[in-house]
Amino acid sequence: MMAFLRLLARNRLALAGGIVMAAVVLLALVTPLLPLADPDVTDTANRFKPTFSEGALLGTDHLGRDLLSRLLWGTRLSLAVGFAAAITAATIGAAIGIVAGYFGGRIDNVIMRGVDMLMAFPYILLALAIVAALGPGLMNALIAVAAVNVPFFARNIRGITVGIAHKEFVDAARLSGLSDLRIITTEILPNVVPVIVIAMSTTIGWMILETAGLSFLGLGSQPPQADLGSMLGEARSALITNPHTSVVPGVMILVIVMAINLLGDGVRDALDPRLKSGALSRPRAATTVKRDGPVPAATGAGLLEVQDLRTEFHVKGRSYRAVGGVTLNVKPGECLGIIGESGSGKSVTALSVMGLVASPPGVITGGAVRYDGEDLIGAPYARLREMRGRNVAYIFQDPLATLHPLTRVGDQLIEAIRVHRPIGAKEGRAKAIDLLDAVRIPNAARRIDDYPHEMSGGMRQRVGIAMALANDPDIIIADEPTTALDVTVQAQILALLDDLRRSRGLAIVFITHDFGVVAQLCDRVAVMYAGRIVEEGPTAAILDTPTHPYTARLMACVPELGAGKRRLEAIPGLPPVVDRLPVGCAFADRCDRTQPDCRAGEIDLARHGARAVRCLHPVTPLREAAE
Amino acid sequence: MGGYILKRLVSAVPVLLGITVIVFLIMALIPGDPATAILGSYATPENVAKLNADLGLDRPLWQQYFVWLGNMLTGDFGTSFALNRPVLDEVLERFNATLVLAGTAFVLCAVLGVAAGVASASNQYGAADKLITFVVLLGISIPSFFLGMMMILVFAVNLRLFPVSGMWPIYGDRDLSALISHLTLPALALAVVATGVIARLARSAMLEVLRQDFIRTARAKGVPERGVIWRHALKAAMVSIIPVLGIQAGFVLSGAVYIEIVFQWPGVGRMLVDAILRRDILLVQGGVVFVAACYVLFNIAVDVAQGLLDPRIKT
Repeated sequence: MMAFLRLLARNRLALAGGIVMAAVVLLALVTPLLPLADPDVTDTANRFKPTFSEGALLGTDHLGRDLLSRLLWGTRLSLAVGFAAAITAATIGAAIGIVAGYFGGRIDNVIMRGVDMLMAFPYILLALAIVAALGPGLMNALIAVAAVNVPFFARNIRGITVGIAHKEFVDAARLSGLSDLRIITTEILPNVVPVIVIAMSTTIGWMILETAGLSFLGLGSQPPQADLGSMLGEARSALITNPHTSVVPGVMILVIVMAINLLGDGVRDALDPRLKSGALSRPRAATTVKRDGPVPAATGAGLLEVQDLRTEFHVKGRSYRAVGGVTLNVKPGECLGIIGESGSGKSVTALSVMGLVASPPGVITGGAVRYDGEDLIGAPYARLREMRGRNVAYIFQDPLATLHPLTRVGDQLIEAIRVHRPIGAKEGRAKAIDLLDAVRIPNAARRIDDYPHEMSGGMRQRVGIAMALANDPDIIIADEPTTALDVTVQAQILALLDDLRRSRGLAIVFITHDFGVVAQLCDRVAVMYAGRIVEEGPTAAILDTPTHPYTARLMACVPELGAGKRRLEAIPGLPPVVDRLPVGCAFADRCDRTQPDCRAGEIDLARHGARAVRCLHPVTPLREAAE
Repeated sequence: MGGYILKRLVSAVPVLLGITVIVFLIMALIPGDPATAILGSYATPENVAKLNADLGLDRPLWQQYFVWLGNMLTGDFGTSFALNRPVLDEVLERFNATLVLAGTAFVLCAVLGVAAGVASASNQYGAADKLITFVVLLGISIPSFFLGMMMILVFAVNLRLFPVSGMWPIYGDRDLSALISHLTLPALALAVVATGVIARLARSAMLEVLRQDFIRTARAKGVPERGVIWRHALKAAMVSIIPVLGIQAGFVLSGAVYIEIVFQWPGVGRMLVDAILRRDILLVQGGVVFVAACYVLFNIAVDVAQGLLDPRIKT
């Protein structure tokens, strides 16, 4: 509760709303004690006195009544009616909702049908009908407004109750023989009350507006008694000649409702855990770049060069170092595997290449990514966009989530082409069918009009691949493209990628956590741990003689077909949290070869020939392994 | 699709019946005797009894309901005693005016609200976002009748840009330009609250969608940011925006009551308020049932639009 209030107070707007509301409520409470003129005494000699005139701070109305006094008494009445309507609606609505949700079955059915029917009315219409039946009057307006809002509460509370009514503690209470009434009052109600309060805080502004509205129409408070709405209604006839009589009550309603809305928003935000974590941030078009060090010079090694790349996530004053200085290169036509556990930074490395790391919170803080010598990290967005999909294309993991759910796959393919070169409708369609054929989707001409949800997982991933191929890129970055698929489909997709690579001369960067996949597809492999490369070299050599203890342990995790004797090992422990990396080797805590010097300081990536390793006590000495 | 529309129409029948029952029951609550109300307190008991028999009020409640329902189904909504005119004629004529006003306001709030929400979301925490968020907050907090009055004061009285009230000029042609100049202020005043609500929802729906994987896919394809936002993200966000458009249509229709009063618009809302104050029950009954039924049908149209947008909702 304290935490909640503190959160609420941190939201400056909500705080302002709370203060204004408290002030208004206080003013309404002390109104009878203030030295005010009688709000209902008419004085026709002093009609329409302007604001700030002698003896009437806000002036007088069409009957010479003191506006300030009427305003405060009116506010008092409006607030009272609004709160009363909210409490009435919440109580009745909650009772209905709890009964429907708790008993379920036919009772629930009948009640909710009724609620649906009430909700089928435009709500003022229903309020008007009720006032028509009961006759104009403030009490009747209150009843009408409360009645109109009952369905809203009933529906909300029913939803919550249904969730609670099937929890274990309710079952336990039932088994212990408690009556339904006892269970509702002791088990259900305490859990529902907070929801009722929140729902009230968000609707009370509406209720005040609605009652003011009915009074404005002359259907609420009757003269001489006046709430804010009827003050405004009476002032309307003098709107043009004496606008201040309208402005005074109108602004008051605005202030009250706005304060309540601010407060309500604050309450809602304080209770929404996603806002606290910043999870509702919108990712920008390209990852933010804040490089502090010098940009590494081009070396001309490979088509795609990643040089000392550093990518961090900045969340609430903490930085998580996802990628901590990764250097890689890919030659034309080559397939490079990047392997590591979840959280090793392999996907972030891959997404950093084209500035696709979600930002905020992602920030590229150093290094360079060069395509054919051109630095992409420092490139303006327009240039980056031009190259996305045309020079470097991506294939992502879960094709159901990565394809647009509401667009036909053909249209998504055509769009991929169209954003890079103008193409006619007919040509586009033909090209899209070609692409689907190229990824071996049977009946391509028909499947092109399918939506993603109408396809199987494997077919969808083929569409993902076709989309990556659309502009004949030189490099495809495949971020765990087979992880979400079952094993047979996985094999088909891998075979397809391998074929495409050979027939089109594609370079592929293949991100995976599976050594089996690396063995099947990749020429070279880089092993990542805690945001760094710990070992790199030709696939066959690494599979044959791993040098880094982590690589060796990772390989031991892969089951081998037909080699059932070997023990399947899991690596004990978890990867380190990347906002508090240990000094020295990040794997030291999980490693069985750790020596004191492992934790002493920075360990460099030692190179020998095609092999490289970041370890002081490798399983096989690097020189030996390289030969 | 045709089957889906038919199914939705059939499912609306119980709702429509429910509406008539609710309205009928509310009206049956009215204390006192309609015949006395019509004839005045000096009527002789014989006359009251005769009128009650004529009106069918001496029969049991359920019989009265079915007679009333049957009459409505054949287009007979009764006669307004105050206007001495068939209720349906009056309602239809007034509803036309309301439709012009509320329809325009609805288009305005849908277009402006979605545009503001998208602009706000795509500049999250930027200056435009803050400005829009503030204006939206102001918009959803201001009573539409007060806003309407202030608009009259500023734009009609002081700046003389628009007429003060009414739907048509008293003298002069009833052409489109006359209608537009009369319509501008009330339609804007009516649209403001709904615009705010839609903008808020559109903003959060867009933020929700913009974090999804298929947006990253669109960017990876090289789709320009404008296309990412207006084509990819908005299309997906519309799935959660459209139902709210349906709800807001109800609020616009409701809010028209106030705006029609403020701007002297000859619509059904003003008719209802006048009828309530005159206790012209048949007119209230007929008007409420008619408007509610139209709203139910409109919501079916919203569902159908949703079905057209989202192929996953299969008929």
